[in-house]
Amino acid sequence: MEIQLLGITVLWIFLYGYLIVASIDFGAGFFAYYGRITKKDHIINNIISRYLSPVWEVTNVFFVFFFVGLVGFFPSTAYYYGTALLVPGSIGLVLLAIRGSFYAFGNYGAKDSNLYMFLYGATGLLIPASLSTALTISEGGFMVEEGGTVVFLVKELFTSFYSWSVVFLAIVSVLYISSMFLTFYASKAKDLPALELLRKYALFWSPPTILASFLVFMSLKNHNPEHFQNMLDYSYLFMLSLFCFLTAVWLVYRKVRYGTAFLFVMLQFFFAFFGYGVSHLPYILYPYITLDTGFTNETMGIALVIAFIAGLFLLIPSLYLIMKMFLFDAKYVQGDRVK
Amino acid sequence: MIVQKVNVFIRIIEMTVGGVDMPELDSVMLSRLLTAMTLGFHIIFATLGVGVPLLISGAEWIGIRRKDEHYRLLARRWTRGFVVTVAVGVVTGTCIGLQLSLLWPSFMEVAGQVIGLPLFLETFAFFFEAIFLGIYLYTWDRFKNPYYHWLISVPVVIGSTASAFFISTVNAFMNAPTGFELKNGEIVDIQPLVAMFNPATPTKASHVISTAYMTAAFVLAAITAFLILRKGKSEYYKKALHFTMLTGFVFAIATAIIGDFSGKYLAEYQPEKLAAAEWHFETEKGADLIVGGVLNEDGEVEHELRIPNALSILAHADPNSEVIGLEEFPEDETAPLFIHYLFDVMVGIGMFLVFLSGLYLLFVKWRKGNPYWRPLLWTIVASGPLAILAIEAGWIFSEVGRQPWVLWHMMKTSEGATTSEHVGQMFILFAALYILLGTICTTVLLKMFRKNPAETEFEQMKKR
Ligand code: HDD
Ligand code: HEM
Ligand code: HEM
Repeated sequence: MEIQLLGITVLWIFLYGYLIVASIDFGAGFFAYYGRITKKDHIINNIISRYLSPVWEVTNVFFVFFFVGLVGFFPSTAYYYGTALLVPGSIGLVLLAIRGSFYAFGNYGAKDSNLYMFLYGATGLLIPASLSTALTISEGGFMVEEGGTVVFLVKELFTSFYSWSVVFLAIVSVLYISSMFLTFYASKAKDLPALELLRKYALFWSPPTILASFLVFMSLKNHNPEHFQNMLDYSYLFMLSLFCFLTAVWLVYRKVRYGTAFLFVMLQFFFAFFGYGVSHLPYILYPYITLDTGFTNETMGIALVIAFIAGLFLLIPSLYLIMKMFLFDAKYVQGDRVK
Repeated sequence: MIVQKVNVFIRIIEMTVGGVDMPELDSVMLSRLLTAMTLGFHIIFATLGVGVPLLISGAEWIGIRRKDEHYRLLARRWTRGFVVTVAVGVVTGTCIGLQLSLLWPSFMEVAGQVIGLPLFLETFAFFFEAIFLGIYLYTWDRFKNPYYHWLISVPVVIGSTASAFFISTVNAFMNAPTGFELKNGEIVDIQPLVAMFNPATPTKASHVISTAYMTAAFVLAAITAFLILRKGKSEYYKKALHFTMLTGFVFAIATAIIGDFSGKYLAEYQPEKLAAAEWHFETEKGADLIVGGVLNEDGEVEHELRIPNALSILAHADPNSEVIGLEEFPEDETAPLFIHYLFDVMVGIGMFLVFLSGLYLLFVKWRKGNPYWRPLLWTIVASGPLAILAIEAGWIFSEVGRQPWVLWHMMKTSEGATTSEHVGQMFILFAALYILLGTICTTVLLKMFRKNPAETEFEQMKKR
């Protein structure tokens, strides 16, 4: 495999990882707040905080890893995105900062503050919406290079049907992934009331997810026909994704094998995300940056890949350890071990 | 007398402000200010993030080995406060990480090609730290063998120290860019490892790490001393004070020694930075070190304290060696002269902390001494904020001292900045964010420890 392709694959895998873990986290924030205002918090909030408490910082690192890696492998993305995205990027950052720190403040310090809960819940939906904009922009049409500087066409973005359908997809997928995961976690904890409630959320959010995906498809056809054509070449990936979705929902509906169901959710997004990614190539940022023009030099590319492989030897066992302790340890999950 | 003092004071302010030449607030200046604000805020939490794990790990280890519940409680309580500061460190770190691309796109596009490796490695270090911190926090009573829990703290210490190391190499690279060639504006012959281990790396990384350990120790000592003054000296607080002050002493000495090496690095590789910091205008042998003072209208130094030959010693470890003066550099390529005060503040505080912790240890060893003498305790209370002040002074000195370069002798700061027109608004947005985070972080910490004092927690722990 060419080194460029290897680089973008590595980054894409991490972005996929972030998509899953962050969706769980973002959605959980929303459900926790929703539980609070509908007076159901006593049912689900234990489950949520037991899972989230040990892993929130790990979630954040996935994100940092992605953007640092992107600038490492493709330095010119720093130039284009950096110049154009100062304002939306900064707003996203502020939201992310508020969310992360208030989680810690609320969880370890001042328990039970409604304001913290609200901020935590609201940012859980706003952040995916604002982060997804970066992907929207990569389709082209929202920035132009003129007079030696890059201009971001804010008005185009806000009036584009495509961009809104992506925002919609981001929000509903967050709620869908999160409720699917929490359903599994609750079943593992043998917490029946929580399971019942979360299962309802999961089923509720599945139709909008698939609807939003279709919307994105259709609007991309207008926005970037070239990319849309490429996607058709990979349509088998999207069919696989649909199949995984149906399986997952069916399992949850039948109230069996919640773990397998979540595995299928992960596969559903894996196929869709990689189908989207591979058909996007060779462009990183349409039409300015491609795999080849944007790539850092060969030497640095190799150094980064070596660093990455060496890093994996450290990360995989550690990730396994934390999952073993907090995800697969029945006693912890059931709350017999808290603190 | 007083009038004269006031005049000197006014002169200092004039110079500090005038030294920057009050440039207009264009996007370059605003980007610098926003970077400075984010880093100035992040560095407080980052420093504690590097240093505090070492003390936690040390306390837990002593506690297990001596079967001393006091030390284990110490580790637990420090950890609880630490989680809150880590959170702020993490989110502000994410801010600075993205802001580097948002505010300095051209700089990152160039620098990323050469120095991307340590930035990337740093994220692995974070990953490692984050995973084990998560485990550490929720497994206090999970293992039969207490050493297992302690073992989990080791990767946290390694991870945070490694992240400080990697990020320091990036900053070192900005001071001593090596590992590539510029040919017709193209970057060629890139050697990532040479860039990472540039001439500034050894002193910079070790100085940053040792000051982080030292600062964490004095901050924790300050809190302890304050509690002793308020509540009297229980066995628990005495142990905490002794442990933190001893650690502080060790790393204060290390810091001073490494700081001396940093001076030698500057003399060799960035002589104009050293000259600007020392107000050393003419190249001469046996140069004096100037402490304090002001510059009069003719640019001459007044009211200063001179330490004969000390600058030559700092620069080359030889009292008669020659030190290059500012006169040898074009004026538009040297830093503003107010960095002199920042250097003095940093070194002054460093010396003071060595002295203070030394005095405390002397009082402990010497039978007639009273280490809980109130004036001494109050001075220890001040040592925490002072150490943080020294960190800030050190960074601003180092960064402003590099001006006008963002990449020393390669790229000017003004060439690296964004061309966006909205930096000003973003500055206000982030200022509001940091004020919010700072205030709430402080209140949460205060509330946490007030609601759950060590004494009650210790009783509960014994019952278990
Ligand atoms: C608690 C903080 C602290 C203390 C007590 C000291 N330093 Fe420091 N110093 C730093 C915190 C710091 C820092 C924040 O970590 C800096 C800023 C950038 C860097 O690399 O480290 C720094 C930079 C720095 C530099 C500039 C290096 C460069 O720009 O490349 C020199 C020459 C010294 N220090 C020398 C000293 C000496 C001789 C000290 C005597 C005791 C001293 N420092 C104490
Ligand atoms: C270790 C990595 C660091 C990097 C990569 C870095 C990068 C930068 C950059 C790109 C600028 C703008 C250009 C310039 O003015 O030189 C800057 C300025 C500045 N930074 Fe750093 N910095 C680092 C560490 C720090 C830290 C930890 C502080 C904490 C106090 C700091 C304080 C400042 C200040 C005060 C300025 C403004 C100086 C001025 O422009 O007048 N720096 N830094
Ligand atoms: C330009 C300079 C810097 C950048 C770009 C930067 C970047 C970051 C980022 C992205 C994070 C969050 C990582 C996460 O999600 O866990 C972070 C946190 C952290 N940073 Fe910085 N950082 C800079 C300066 C420094 C310096 C100078 C130090 C050490 C003295 C440092 C030490 C840390 C530590 C230890 C953390 C982990 C959080 C904590 O324990 O408080 N950083 N930084």
